[in-house]
Amino acid sequence: MDEPRIGVYICHCGLNIADVVDVESVRNYAAMLPAVVVSRDYKFVCSDPGQNMIKEDIRNLHLNRVVVASCSPRMHEPTFRRTVQEAGLNPYLFQMANIREHCSWVTGDRQAATEKAKALVNAAVRRVYYHEPLEARQVPVNPNTLIVGGGIAGIQAALEIADSQHKVYLVERDPSIGGHMIQFDKTFPTLDCSACILTPKMTSVGTHPYIELLTYSEIEEISGFVGNFKARIRKKARYVDENKCNGCGTCVAKCPWKVDSEFDLGLSKRKAIYTPFPQAVPNIPVIDKEHCAYFLKGTCRACEKFCQLNAIDFNQTDEILELDVGNIIVATGYDVFDPTPIAQYGYKKFPNVYTGLEFERICNSVGPTNGRIVLRDGSEPKSVAIIHCVGSRDENYHEYCSRVCCMYALKYSHLIKERTNAQVYQMYIDMRCFGKAYEEFYKRVSNEGVNFIRGKVAEVTDRAINEEEKGKLIVCVEDTLLGKIVRVPVDMVILATALQPRSDVAQVARLFGITQTADGFFMERHPKLDPVATMTDGVFVAGCCQGPKDIPDTVAQASAAAARVLALISKGKVDLEAATAVIDEQQCSGCRICNSLCPYSAISFLEEKKVSQINEALCKGCGTCVAACPSGAITHRQFTTQQITIELEGVLV
Amino acid sequence: MSFEPKIVGFLCNWCSYAGADLCGTSRVQYPPNIRIIRVMCSGRVSPLFILKALSAGADGVLVLGCHPGDCHYIEGNYKTLRRMTLLKKMLAQLGIEDGRVRLDWVSASEGARFASIVTEMTEKVKALGPFKQSS
Repeated sequence: MDEPRIGVYICHCGLNIADVVDVESVRNYAAMLPAVVVSRDYKFVCSDPGQNMIKEDIRNLHLNRVVVASCSPRMHEPTFRRTVQEAGLNPYLFQMANIREHCSWVTGDRQAATEKAKALVNAAVRRVYYHEPLEARQVPVNPNTLIVGGGIAGIQAALEIADSQHKVYLVERDPSIGGHMIQFDKTFPTLDCSACILTPKMTSVGTHPYIELLTYSEIEEISGFVGNFKARIRKKARYVDENKCNGCGTCVAKCPWKVDSEFDLGLSKRKAIYTPFPQAVPNIPVIDKEHCAYFLKGTCRACEKFCQLNAIDFNQTDEILELDVGNIIVATGYDVFDPTPIAQYGYKKFPNVYTGLEFERICNSVGPTNGRIVLRDGSEPKSVAIIHCVGSRDENYHEYCSRVCCMYALKYSHLIKERTNAQVYQMYIDMRCFGKAYEEFYKRVSNEGVNFIRGKVAEVTDRAINEEEKGKLIVCVEDTLLGKIVRVPVDMVILATALQPRSDVAQVARLFGITQTADGFFMERHPKLDPVATMTDGVFVAGCCQGPKDIPDTVAQASAAAARVLALISKGKVDLEAATAVIDEQQCSGCRICNSLCPYSAISFLEEKKVSQINEALCKGCGTCVAACPSGAITHRQFTTQQITIELEGVLV
Repeated sequence: MSFEPKIVGFLCNWCSYAGADLCGTSRVQYPPNIRIIRVMCSGRVSPLFILKALSAGADGVLVLGCHPGDCHYIEGNYKTLRRMTLLKKMLAQLGIEDGRVRLDWVSASEGARFASIVTEMTEKVKALGPFKQSS
């Protein structure tokens, strides 16, 4: 090994670091450390001039090690590794000291922060002294992609990728794709018909030569890593042979058993054999085993009798599929907040109190009322109140803003005005109309004679205190602009219910190795610069599973996820972690303790040599085996015991 | 001058280090006594590192990993849990106070939790006083 010649660069990060840490003092301190040839401070080391400064020093001063003290390595380690590599150094002969996130941003004590920065720089300098050059390994990327969730996000991503002639497996757990968007009647602010813009895309998915659609299917297990995932999928039994059925619908018509329709949120009935809605893709019914008389009592078989294609198959069983894919896009969507716990709003107590999504179905021309806005008794409401922020912006439920409720409330107001003569009241906290053409839509609806009352609703009650209120639902709210309590008697109440994470979000997060944010939604790799990737390479997120968002944002994110996947496919190979573990055969005692510790089964025992061996292609570099080896025979590259010990001593100066 | 303890923190890259980063990005404040060492997984933290830290001048050692079930490497944190349980028994036999070594879990979204654990730990070690090694 050449004698180490180390360059140290202390970043001001504007004032982010320099305001709290005395960077000049840290620079002078670093200059005195052993093997340090040059120590500089600079406004923004990550900028072009900053990086060029490092490159020139490497060339002119023959540096063979570099330390940058700036932000988190999770932010700029790849940047600086590239910098040193461009100047001819091995990228692993580099170390970062995190003096921003872990130092200047978490204390206002200048002296203590400067001392801490010195300790971190000292540790990094000492550590980098012992760094060894490493070579990143490359593996090919399987060009097939798995997309989980067949809502607008999954559909968009699937089409983007499939249109580039790469195979997509689109997995949806319901009998049809379409997601929440297909339940909507109109979309804000343009009032496009939701079905009209979505069904063509659904049809494309169903017929696309590069898309294999797996509906009524669920992911059971994911293993492997970027470029080389394995997915185990359970294709649930439909009890209808997909190859024989032509979707004529006779079985559905003949089925005598009715149950609440999930698609219409219980506002209408469906049969025990059903497609969720007429435009379903694929247009192949499923038998609901829980409600089918044949499965419950062993009789009926009406569907079988009338099916001329003999497509009904009561003996069908779940099918397990094993798929090899290179990338995964998770687009599992959201659940609608259940307002039942907010007892004062009277949901489920008063029949004419609806959730946002229920009203969406009522508005829908193929919904339970054929698009007529009516009360439970079939009569037209004379007045409707829309209560905002139900379950969102509420510390008792969700602190976050659901982002779409103000806009869909405005859309409902418009539709009610368009289709009825009802008075419309909106009880809001703040109107948040931030998107393209949203504010204009707000203005338009305001001019249509909708009444806006600023205040959080206290109660919806049927206790009338005068003639006018008799038989009505009375919405009690403090109008904070007038500064007085008002009682608004109405016939119908719509709760602008929040979007929330799926009930099984934690389970799904674990399945794919995704982290969750505090609100429960999936966590993106970086909130600003990488809102599409996750902590697991090769797993991307799109749509509301990452946080509440409207359709344009969902489509944009889905396309972005597709672009990221296509980039990996087009590159054809991925770099794997070079910081893997390796066993020194000479030191290995053959005790096999490490063999069972490895979560990736990367360690095997060589019978003939009586030693263990690590398969580098499988090793992910966690280091668990290294910590367990009683002989100290395993080395964790880039995290060697020596490097960590030196770093440890370094921070304790 | 009051005693300012030196605390070494071993943080896993995927959850706890990211949580500490988020804590910084959110400008949540905590005592500057902690010095953080990044490891890929808490499973890499050999008990020897903890003993080494104490012998090299640390007054306390904090090991943070992903919450059980959330480990980026599937189950490295369970291995850490097992080792730490054993180590703590040994430390007690050596007469080393319980509060000097702590294992806890911080996810990538728990910036504030990270700050409160560090604050708690710092106060605890401050109350225990400097770690004195008897030869």
